Amino acid sequence: MRTIDVDRSLCDNHGQCAIAAPEVFRMNTDGVLEYEPTFDDALLDEVEEAIDVCPVQAIFLKD
Amino acid sequence: MTRRIAVAGASMGGLRAAEQLRSAGWEEDIVVLGQESHPPYNRPPLSKELLAAPGSAAEALAAVTLRQRRTATGIDWRLGAPVTRADLSARTLTLATGEELAYDGLVIATGLRPARVEVPGPRHGRHVIRTIDDTLGLHRELCPGTRVVVVGAGFIGCEAAATATSLGCQVTLVEGGSGPMERPLGRRLSDGVRRFLAEKGVHCVSGRRVVEFLSETGDGYDAGSHLRCAGVRLSDGTEVPADVVIEAVGSKPNTEWLAGNGLDLADGVLCDESMRVIGARGALPSVVAVGDVARYPDQRTGTGARRVEHWATPADTAKIAAPALVAGLNGEAVPEPAAPLPSFWTDIFKIRIQGVGSPALAERIEVLEGDPDRPAAGAALGYYRDGRLIGAVTCALPADKQLHYRKLVTDAGVAARLAAV
Repeated sequence: MRTIDVDRSLCDNHGQCAIAAPEVFRMNTDGVLEYEPTFDDALLDEVEEAIDVCPVQAIFLKD
Repeated sequence: MTRRIAVAGASMGGLRAAEQLRSAGWEEDIVVLGQESHPPYNRPPLSKELLAAPGSAAEALAAVTLRQRRTATGIDWRLGAPVTRADLSARTLTLATGEELAYDGLVIATGLRPARVEVPGPRHGRHVIRTIDDTLGLHRELCPGTRVVVVGAGFIGCEAAATATSLGCQVTLVEGGSGPMERPLGRRLSDGVRRFLAEKGVHCVSGRRVVEFLSETGDGYDAGSHLRCAGVRLSDGTEVPADVVIEAVGSKPNTEWLAGNGLDLADGVLCDESMRVIGARGALPSVVAVGDVARYPDQRTGTGARRVEHWATPADTAKIAAPALVAGLNGEAVPEPAAPLPSFWTDIFKIRIQGVGSPALAERIEVLEGDPDRPAAGAALGYYRDGRLIGAVTCALPADKQLHYRKLVTDAGVAARLAAV
């Protein structure tokens, strides 16, 4: 398992992460990000892409 | 002997290319050659948050520097060393330092530079927004009461006009040939955005263009002087005085260094759908391009090759270009390329406009939700070509709505593949 953290002071709810890695990130009906703080290693590529496409670089991959 | 891939350009495109080369299994040398002395940084804030409140130069750079993938190791970053010439047959680059650099594979990621308003008048006091240094320099001049003329009403022009207004400046936006963001949004939403800008205090000038920059003395322009620009003269003869002029009239691809190699450089560098650069005898196995300097086939709309100047383009194209280049250098088959779905956004006075697909290529636009005449209250539009949904734009709607409309565009399919069925 891997862990991520989203810095809510940076997150601007663009929703790009929910496109790149929908198993981990989703936008609720208020347009606010909800996410799974831990995810399976098999999803690492998708999560790295979500980190890349975040316009404000709010997503951090933990060790 | 260890082989080398040279990446020309050290902005987001160069960074994403280097990362994706490692992801594609390239373990040999990567050298990235950049014009600016800064490491790769994120440009969207330059006309918005960073222009409003940059802090010190160091704080500004820290706020926008792009994080790099941990797997992107062993990359030789040579900043402040732009490529001035390439010889693709000899596989050598010439750097501004005079040094010659041999390569096995080349990534073209030299991006764009701002176009300028090519009319007579003084140069001093006229700004563009492309680099962090541009933004720091411009911010210092935007004080409450400063009279600002923004020339051009695309994304950057509208964002700069909004930011300057929020800083207390008196802003005139000279739209030129088309309305605010009219090309990507269409006429009706553009008209709605103009009303919204006007409500927020931006003075929008439609249907007229700048024909001359005025000088301080007001008695004509002396080409030999160093006078500061004091405003603009419009095509109907009107004069608009200004303390600061911001030019936001589009960009030009940085391809001059590639001249003499038999490439199609008519608008950026022409590539195939795998981002391989097209030479005189077809796609080159050892040269790819990424980002907004690349002109590549639009598989989704089937409307030919074009450049895509959106923020997501470097990442989208690097994911295709890197495996194609590694395969080409290893003599392997190039993987089937994805058909990236373009997307863009802009933030203006706290309303967000998000777009997906290619709205600019629409033949017909439909309102899907809300009222585009009142964009701040929320609206969504669909963009159709050949009866198929090719784009969607949401305005002041939550992101889950954008995801919903994005899925409709995705489900409408890829023209090239639909035609092949």
